[in-house]
Amino acid sequence: MGRKLDPTNKVKRGPGKKAKKQQGAETELTKFITDENTGPKRLSSRARKRNFIQKSSFTCVVFVPLSKGFTDDNSKWLKPAKRKRKTDEPESEDDTDDLLEEEDSEEEEQQQKKGGLAQGKKSTKLGVKEMEEEEDDDDDDEEMVDDYGTLDSSGDEAAAKEKKLKETLALESDDDEEDEEDDSEEEGDEEEKSDADLDEEDTVQTNIDEMDKFRLPGAEETSKEGVLPLDLKTIHQRIKDNVDVLCNFSTKREEGKERTEYLSLLKKDLCTYYSYNNFLIEKLIDLFPLSELVDFLEANEIQRPVTIRTNTLKTRRRDLAQALINRGVNLDPLGKWSKVGLVIYDSSVPIGATPEYLAGQYMLQGASSFLPVMALSPQEGELVLDMSSAPGGKTTYIAQLMRNTGMIVANDANAERLKSVVGNIHRLGVTNTVICNYDGRQFPKVMGGFDRVLLDAPCSGTGVIAKDPAVKTSKDEADILRSAHLQKELILSAIDSVNAESPSGGYLVYCTCSIMVEENEWVVDYALKKRNVKLVPTGLDFGKEGFTRFKERRFHPSLRLSRRFYPHSHNMDGFFIAKLKKFSNVIPTAPAGKEEENAEASEATVVADSSQEKPSEGDKTKKTIPSKVSGSKEHAQPNGTAARKTANIKSKGKKDLSTGPKKAKVAKMDGEAVKEAEVKKPTAKIAEGTKASKADRKEGSRFETKQGKKTTNPMKTKNRMGKNKFNKLKYMLQKQDRK
Amino acid sequence: MRPLTDEETKAMFEKLSKYIGENIKLLVDRPDGSYCFRLHNDRVYYMSEKILKLATNISRDKLVSVGTCFGKFTKTKKFRLHITALDYLAPYAKFKVWVKPGAEQSFLYGNHVLKSGLGRITENTMQYQGVVVYSMADVPLGFGVAAKSTQECRRVDPMSIVVFHQADVGEFIRNEDTLT
Repeated sequence: MGRKLDPTNKVKRGPGKKAKKQQGAETELTKFITDENTGPKRLSSRARKRNFIQKSSFTCVVFVPLSKGFTDDNSKWLKPAKRKRKTDEPESEDDTDDLLEEEDSEEEEQQQKKGGLAQGKKSTKLGVKEMEEEEDDDDDDEEMVDDYGTLDSSGDEAAAKEKKLKETLALESDDDEEDEEDDSEEEGDEEEKSDADLDEEDTVQTNIDEMDKFRLPGAEETSKEGVLPLDLKTIHQRIKDNVDVLCNFSTKREEGKERTEYLSLLKKDLCTYYSYNNFLIEKLIDLFPLSELVDFLEANEIQRPVTIRTNTLKTRRRDLAQALINRGVNLDPLGKWSKVGLVIYDSSVPIGATPEYLAGQYMLQGASSFLPVMALSPQEGELVLDMSSAPGGKTTYIAQLMRNTGMIVANDANAERLKSVVGNIHRLGVTNTVICNYDGRQFPKVMGGFDRVLLDAPCSGTGVIAKDPAVKTSKDEADILRSAHLQKELILSAIDSVNAESPSGGYLVYCTCSIMVEENEWVVDYALKKRNVKLVPTGLDFGKEGFTRFKERRFHPSLRLSRRFYPHSHNMDGFFIAKLKKFSNVIPTAPAGKEEENAEASEATVVADSSQEKPSEGDKTKKTIPSKVSGSKEHAQPNGTAARKTANIKSKGKKDLSTGPKKAKVAKMDGEAVKEAEVKKPTAKIAEGTKASKADRKEGSRFETKQGKKTTNPMKTKNRMGKNKFNKLKYMLQKQDRK
Repeated sequence: MRPLTDEETKAMFEKLSKYIGENIKLLVDRPDGSYCFRLHNDRVYYMSEKILKLATNISRDKLVSVGTCFGKFTKTKKFRLHITALDYLAPYAKFKVWVKPGAEQSFLYGNHVLKSGLGRITENTMQYQGVVVYSMADVPLGFGVAAKSTQECRRVDPMSIVVFHQADVGEFIRNEDTLT
């Protein structure tokens, strides 16, 4: 029974082809959603072909210069980022039509007639609009690939269709008749008909789009929205239109509307649609160009592909792939840049519990986690520190690259998470590891002299929103700054653990799974200032360059050498990697000849130094701020006292400078905190600003300089501050009287 | 962290020799540098001297694991091998048992090996001899104790136990918390 195998008809076998056809889970999902929701919109094979032609002609002719960030070899498994909306399309419709005609065969003639008719009508109706039609057509096709667009645009289209039908009923009636005639003539070509319909729909729908240009909702509309929340489709459409306008602001703007109005609406819509908090959306808007922003947010809604790393200590990738394929796992190599990675498309068995996994032949690990270790490129026989190692993915990769020689110290601050490190290290057969549970900040005291250090710093996790959507709403300014502060402390202690004189090493790799500039470039820039380190190329041939300037901040130009990875352009978690080389064990600002062992003492000198720097920085902020905050004086009063309090602590710390290095360190930390606050925190800015404006700028600066001098006599400082406060209060009372 | 006492060494080596016999001296005298056993938190770790020196930098309460954990001493001072020692047991094992692919899963969930799941067994295995369990693809899966000698294995009915389960690699997931 059943079909017999025909030996003459050879069926091709092997994983390659099958795997090639399979897209990532997200595309799978897309198909699924498309099928379910866009019944009428489903394209026939011909239509798909046509789309392909259009698309390919578009891509190769026009979009090549636009496709950025895809210089790497990942294109095979990476999902291409969506193209930017292209507005000034040089290609005319005739070209594409010609293409279509060439492609389509005899039975197409009917349709062509029809199409020609429709076309003719359209051209008489609209004439000039054709270009835009075509391009928008293309846009719709594009959304077939993207999961969210499909759903919504189809819905929109349905609505638009109805509208269109009402509007153009009279005009189109004869055309419709003809269509029906065609249909009756060729019963078999229903698909084609729907096809033609579809084309028509698209064009007309886009006409409508064009006709009522996107305009900002008025005040009464927005107030209405508060009561009756808009449905998500409308918001999504509005986001798209809004971004479109903002990208071509000079041509598409509405008269008399400011860019800020558009932006604030966009912000609100993005917050609603993707359910982020206001703070994070603002940060992201700063970080990405608008067209990319939506891509990024969309990419955060879908999971990254599951990737595994072969444990070359126990097996080879080919053997492992074979073993897993035999278990019904569908996989592919990860890309040219990795020799050990495999992408799992789907699996009939749990990939984290196969006998191969338990036997330690592979490790479940995100693609982005490969990169810092590759950047670190540990050599055999070296002494390597992994400062925050849990759950051990990167540690075991280091061990694997070192072939179990040399020594690795795997540290983590969290004892609970270290259990997974122990499990993974033993499972993967790594024997050269010491696992310990220190706070990374204390590490230089425990031991130093490492050839290489990997610091995967704890962070806000804004790069892995797809993994943990809680980040969308749970983070705010304070969280970012808190982790940035911790990261700065960690990076300094990591640098102090490196031995610059190491013949083969002296490298530090700093990475985070955050995309915030505060946690990445800023931290590295800080380290560059504080220690004798320089940035070196990471050795990764893809990824985007780090920022050298971001808003009002300017970083060291060599930060170009750091690398950023984004979910939408590289299809891996958002990631930042910087590789630093330590060129001297001497801590700068310390007198020459002092070695690392004297770290604490020299840190004390650093404190003194930072206090010297401070006035200038304070001045800088003052220059910019007062105009902004002069309006909110009463409100700022408590802030002012707070700032003074920190200043007080600062001066106290300085007083203790002579007594002991430990206290000095505390003082230094405080100093840093204050500085940070000055530079960053708006509240602190207000405080600083009000201080300046109230006690008048000159007084403020005198205060600063005095404070610098007064380090020896704390009592006097206190006195002075009391007076200052009194002055301030007096000033305020006077002001109120005047009012 | 301290070296093992004589009693402890004896208890541990007795246990180890059940699985790897005289190969135990290959663990102690290695061509690639000297290796040693150390006791830390009642657990026995096997490491090279180099790593031992490195580990002395770390205070006792902060040290979690060094090198490879072989097993632990129970409160009654008996030695119990952990699955983490498998990497050293498997290459030197004297007696081996291979389980069929269908029975792999069952063994990895902590069950004994039944006759029906037995693929191959080393000749001359005595009853109650320590054996290392492999999959048919020669991947070590764990270890146990032979419930029957090779001769008896040929005769028994399919549902009878041939290897008592002691440890399997599934414990990396099941008992992750108690490995150290």
